[in-house]
Amino acid sequence: MTGAGTSDRVTRVLGAATLVAVAATAWIGLVVSPPDQTQGELVRLIYVHPAAATTCYVGFGLCALASLAYLWPRTRSRRWDSLAGASAEIGVVFCVITLVSGSIWGRGSWGVWWTWDARLTLTALLLAVFVGYLGLRRTGGDPDARARRSAVAAVLCVLVVPVDHEATTWWQTLHQGNTLLRSNPLIHGWQLVGMLVSFVAFGLLFAWLLVHRYRLELLEDRFDDEGFAAAIAERRAEGAAPVRQTAGQS
Amino acid sequence: MDPVIRFRSAVALVGRFPVLAGVDLDVTRGEIVLLQGANGAGKTSLLRACAGLLRVAAGEATVLGADLVADPRAVRRRVGLLGHATALYDDLSAADNVRFAVRAAGGSVGAVGPALERLGLTGRLAGASVSSLSAGQRRRVALAAVVARDPELWLLDEPHAGLDAEHRDLLDDLVRDAVERGATVLLASHEHDRAQPLAGRIVTVAGGMVTPTAPPFHPRMTAAHVA
Amino acid sequence: MWRDAVLVGGKDLRVELRSRVTTMQVAPYAVLVLLLFGFAFDQNHTLLTQAAPGLFWVAVLLCTLLAVQRSYAVEATDGARDGLRLSGLDPAGIFLGKAAAVAAQLIALEVLLGAGVVVLFGTDLRDPVLLVLTALTATLGLAAAGTVYGMMAAGLRVRETLLPLLVLPVVAPVLLGATQAWMAALRLSTTDGWKWLALLASFAAIYLTLGVLAFSALVEDA
Repeated sequence: MTGAGTSDRVTRVLGAATLVAVAATAWIGLVVSPPDQTQGELVRLIYVHPAAATTCYVGFGLCALASLAYLWPRTRSRRWDSLAGASAEIGVVFCVITLVSGSIWGRGSWGVWWTWDARLTLTALLLAVFVGYLGLRRTGGDPDARARRSAVAAVLCVLVVPVDHEATTWWQTLHQGNTLLRSNPLIHGWQLVGMLVSFVAFGLLFAWLLVHRYRLELLEDRFDDEGFAAAIAERRAEGAAPVRQTAGQS
Repeated sequence: MDPVIRFRSAVALVGRFPVLAGVDLDVTRGEIVLLQGANGAGKTSLLRACAGLLRVAAGEATVLGADLVADPRAVRRRVGLLGHATALYDDLSAADNVRFAVRAAGGSVGAVGPALERLGLTGRLAGASVSSLSAGQRRRVALAAVVARDPELWLLDEPHAGLDAEHRDLLDDLVRDAVERGATVLLASHEHDRAQPLAGRIVTVAGGMVTPTAPPFHPRMTAAHVA
Repeated sequence: MWRDAVLVGGKDLRVELRSRVTTMQVAPYAVLVLLLFGFAFDQNHTLLTQAAPGLFWVAVLLCTLLAVQRSYAVEATDGARDGLRLSGLDPAGIFLGKAAAVAAQLIALEVLLGAGVVVLFGTDLRDPVLLVLTALTATLGLAAAGTVYGMMAAGLRVRETLLPLLVLPVVAPVLLGATQAWMAALRLSTTDGWKWLALLASFAAIYLTLGVLAFSALVEDA
C-alpha cells in the first residue's frame, strides 16, 4: 500500500470488472430477458434478491471466520479484526438489499409487505444481530479489548444461525406461509443466464467494496501505529519538566 | 536475593496511550519500596501492572516468578492490591465481603474473623451492609480483605488516604508485620512524612518510567508488536 | 471452575437477598407488563388466552435484560469490576456462577408470571411436564446468552442501550421455541412441543459451552 489512498491497480481492475458485470446484469435483467408468465415484471427481482442474499451470507460468514482467526492465538493479528468489521458492514448493506427486494417481491405477489417466509425472517434476524455487532464495534476504549469482544460476539452470533434456521423453517411449516422463489421452479434461458451473471456481479461488487473498506481500516490503524513512538516520547517528557521545584527525591 | 518484581523496559498501554513507557524495576523479597511521583506519573499504573490488571504489552515483566507478558492472570491470587477504589459489594456486609475475597483467593475462612478484629471492624461494622459505612471504614474493610488473604506481595495505592491517625498507625504496623512474615510491599504515596520512614527504599516515577535516565527505546517496538 | 462458580453464584444470590432488587423492582415490573398487555389487547379474552404463551415469554425476555443488567451493575459499584478480575477466579466459573444466579432469579419470576398469566389471562395449565421443562431449558439459554453479552457490554458507557440490542436478536429463537412449546402444552396448537424443546436445549447447550470457553477472553477487558 503506497500513498494515502486505498486504490491500486488491483482494485481498479476489480472495479472495472464489477462495473461490466453490473451493467451486464442490468441489461439482461431489464432488457433482454422476458417477463414471466405468472409473475410478470416482478420476476426481474430474481436478478437482485438471491444474489444479494448469498452475498450477505458470505459477508457474515467471512466476518465469523475472520473473528475466529483473530481469536486463535497463533493467527492473532488486528488485520483479522479489520477484515471482520469490514465484512460485516458490507454484509449488512447487502442484507438490507435482500430484505427490501424480498419485501417488494412479496408485496407484488401477495399484496403484503412482509410474509413470515423462513428465509426472509432468518435474514431479518441476522440483520438485527449484526447491527448489534456493529454497535459493539463502535464502542470506544482499548482497541485490542474491543477487537476481542467483537470477535467473540461474531462467533456467538453465527453459531446460533443453524438454530435460527431450524426454528424459522419449522415455524413456517406450521403456518403454511408463502415462500418466495418456490414459485419459480423452472428457471431457464435468459433468466438463468441473468441470475448467474447477477451472482457474479454481486460477488465482484462485494469484493471491491470489501477491499476498499478493509484497506481504509488498515490505514487508520497504521496512522495510529506511527503515533506510537511519538506517544512514548511525549509520555516520558511529561516526567521531565517539573511543575514547580519540589523537595528532591532520594 | 529473591527477586519478587523484575521489570525491564516494560511498556503498558491503556488504549493507545502508554501509561508505562519503559519501566525498569527490581524488588526483592522482604523489601518495602515506596513509589513517589507527581500525579499522572504512572504510580497507580505500575501497581496495577504488578497485580496483573494492566497488561504489559512490551518488554519484560516478572512478578513472583510469573511472566506477566505471557499470562497476567497467574499472579492475581498471590498479590493483594489496595487501590483507590475499594472494590466492595455495597449490599453485602464487611464480613461477607472479606469472606468472599478470602475464598476467592483460595484462603482459609478462619482468617476472616481475626482480620476484621484487627481492623476494628466488629459488631455493627462487621454485620451492616457496606454502603452504610463511611469512606474510611470502607477502606478498612478493603484492607481487612488484604490482611485476611495474607498475600506474598502487597500493592498499596495511597493506603493512608482516608484513614484517621489511629488507623494510619495500624496500617504501618500491619505492613511491618507482613514483611516480617516474608511478604514484600510496594506502595505509592504522596504522604512523604509517613511513608518514607516506613520504606526501605524510595523510587521515583515520572513520565511512565522509573529510572531517571531513559532506557533505550527500541525503534522496532511499534504498536504492531503489541497487537 | 465449579468451586468458583458456586462461590460467585452464591455471592450474587446473597447480594440479591440483601438488596431485594429482583423481588421489589423486577417482579412488579413483570406483573405490570402483563397488565399492560391486557390493556393493549383491550381485554379481549379469547385473544389473550391465545396469545398468553407468547406474552408470557416476552415478559420473561424483558425481565432477563433487567436481571442481567443488575448482575453486572452489582460488580460495577466503586471499582468492584476490577475486584472480579483481581480475585483470580476462574472466568468460566464466574460465567457459570453469574448465569446460574440470573437463571435462579428468572425462575422465581416465571413462577410469579405464570400465576399472573393464569389469573389475568384466564389460561389454564395442562401438560405441566412440558411446561416446566420448557421453562427450565429456555431460562438456561436466556441466562447464558444474557450473561455472555452482559459481560461484553459491562464496562462500556453505553451498556444500557447496547445490551438489549445485542441480546434480543440473539435470543429470538428462544422466544419462538418457548412460545411454540407452551402453545403445544396448552393445547393451543398442534405443533410437536417436544421438538421445540429440543431446539431450546441446543440453544442453551451452545451458549453455555461458548460462555465457558469465551468468558476468559471477555473478562480481560478493563
